[in-house]
Amino acid sequence: MFTRGFSSFLQILGKPLVSFVMSLGYFSQFVAKSVYNCFVPPYYLKLFFAQFMSIGFYSLPVVGLTTLFAGMVIAIQTYSGISEYGAENVVASVVLISVTRELAPVLSALMVAGRIGSAMAAEIGTMRVTEQIDALVTLSANPFRYLIAPRVWAAVIVMPLLVLFGDVIGIFGGYLVGVYKLDFNPANYIINTMNNLTSVAIVMGVVKAAVFGFIIAIMGCYHGYRSKGGAQGVGEATTNSVVTSSILILIFNYLITEMFFSR
Amino acid sequence: MAKENKIEIRNLYKSFGKKKVLDGVDLDVKKGESLVVIGGSGTGKSVLIKCIQGLLTPDSGSIKIDGEETIGTGKDVHKKMGMLFQGAALFDSLSVWENVAFTLLENDKISRSAAKNEAVRVLRQVGLAPDVADLSPAELSGGMQKRVGLARAIINKPEIIFFDEPTTGLDPIMADVINDLIIESAKGLGASTLTITHDMASARKIADRIAMLYQGKIIWTGTVKEMEKSDNPYLQQFIAGSSHGPIKVEI
Repeated sequence: MFTRGFSSFLQILGKPLVSFVMSLGYFSQFVAKSVYNCFVPPYYLKLFFAQFMSIGFYSLPVVGLTTLFAGMVIAIQTYSGISEYGAENVVASVVLISVTRELAPVLSALMVAGRIGSAMAAEIGTMRVTEQIDALVTLSANPFRYLIAPRVWAAVIVMPLLVLFGDVIGIFGGYLVGVYKLDFNPANYIINTMNNLTSVAIVMGVVKAAVFGFIIAIMGCYHGYRSKGGAQGVGEATTNSVVTSSILILIFNYLITEMFFSR
Repeated sequence: MAKENKIEIRNLYKSFGKKKVLDGVDLDVKKGESLVVIGGSGTGKSVLIKCIQGLLTPDSGSIKIDGEETIGTGKDVHKKMGMLFQGAALFDSLSVWENVAFTLLENDKISRSAAKNEAVRVLRQVGLAPDVADLSPAELSGGMQKRVGLARAIINKPEIIFFDEPTTGLDPIMADVINDLIIESAKGLGASTLTITHDMASARKIADRIAMLYQGKIIWTGTVKEMEKSDNPYLQQFIAGSSHGPIKVEI
C-alpha cells in the first residue's frame, strides 16, 4: 500500500521533472548550436543589417520614451525624498547612476523583448509551422546560420547602442525635471552629472545590454524554432519568448550587478 | 536490363514516443522513375519523405541515394534534390523570383541579375508570366504558389524531386495543370520523383509505379494497371474511397 502510494507520488513528481530536464537539454543544445553557427560562414550580412535596423533603429522611439520618463520620475522621486539635503547635487548623480546602471539597460531590454523577441518568435514560429524552415534545409541552407545567427549578432551589437542612447535620453529627462520643474541651475546640473560620470557605470550598462540582447534573440528564436501546432503554437511561442526573456533579463541583471560590485 | 536504384530504403523505423509511424519500410525508387506513395492521413507518408530528406532522423534502417548511405553520415544530399511542399512553403520575406532563385543566390553565389533571369525563365516554364517575379508570395493564389514552389524545386536541375501532396487544396482543373507540370518537369530533367498523395486522380496520372503505405509498412507496390486489377482489399478500399473494408478509420 505504502509502496504503491510512494510509486505514484514519484510518478507525479517524475513526469514534470523529466519533461523539465528534457527541455533544458533541448535548450542547451539549441544555445550551443546557435553560438557555434554565429562564428561559421556563410555570414548573411544583408539579413544582419535588416535585423540591425529592425531591432535598433525602429526601437529608438520606444527606448527613448521609456528612458526619458524613467529619468524624469527618478529626478522627482529623489528630490521629494531628500530635498532638505542639498538636492541639486544629489538629484543629478542619482539620475545618472540609476539611468546608466539600471534603468536604461533593464527597461530598454524589457521593451525590446516585448517588441522584438515576440516578433522573432512569431516569424520563426510561422516559418516552422508552414514548413519554411524545412524548405531552407532542402535548399541546402542551414537555418541556424540563415535565421538565428543574424538575429543573435544584431541583438548583441545593437542593444549596447540602444542603451547608450537610452542613457543620454534618461539623463536628459532628469535634466528637464531638474531645470524646468525644480528650478536647478542648468550649468550646475550638467557639471554635477559630468563629475559623477564613471566608466564603470557605462561599461556595466553596455555589458548588461549585450547580455540582454543575446537573451532576447536566443529566447525569441528558440521558442519560434520549437513551436508547433499552427496559430495556437505560434501564439504560445510568442508569449513564452517574452515571459522567459523578461525573467532571464531580471535574473542576469542581478548577476551582472553582483559581478561588478563583488570585485 | 533492370534500372539502377536511385533511392533504396531498407528496414526503416521511426516512432514518436509510443506511436510507431514507420514500421520497417522497404522501398526503391529507380532512376528516372515516378513513384507515388499512397495512403491515408497519418499513415507516415510525410514522415517517410522527411526521413529521406534528412529532416527527421529515423530510429533505425538504411536510406541509400545512388548507392551511398545517407543516415548518420552527415552528407549534404540536398544538392541532388528538390522538393515541392504541400503548402508550397515559400519564404514570405522574399519576392517570388528570390524564392525561385534562392539556391542560386545563396549556394551558387551567382549575380542577382543572372539569378533573376534564370528565375523568370523557370517561372515561364511552369506557366507563370514574368511580371509575377516581383510579387510577394502572399499576393499569389494557391495554384500559383504551387507553381512557384515547383519552379524553386527544379531550378537547380535536381536528380530527385519530392512532391508532398502536390494537388491538395487545388480545384480539379488546377490540380491537373500541376500534374502535367510535374510530368513535364521530371521528364525534362530525367529526374526520379517520389510523390506522396491521397489524390488518386493525381496518382494515376503521374505514377510509373505506386506503393501503398499502411500502418507504417509498404503493403503493396505495382503499376497503375496492376493497381486497378489488384485484389488487395486494403488497396481496393483505398482507391474506391470506401469507408467499408479492412481499413478502419478512427473517428
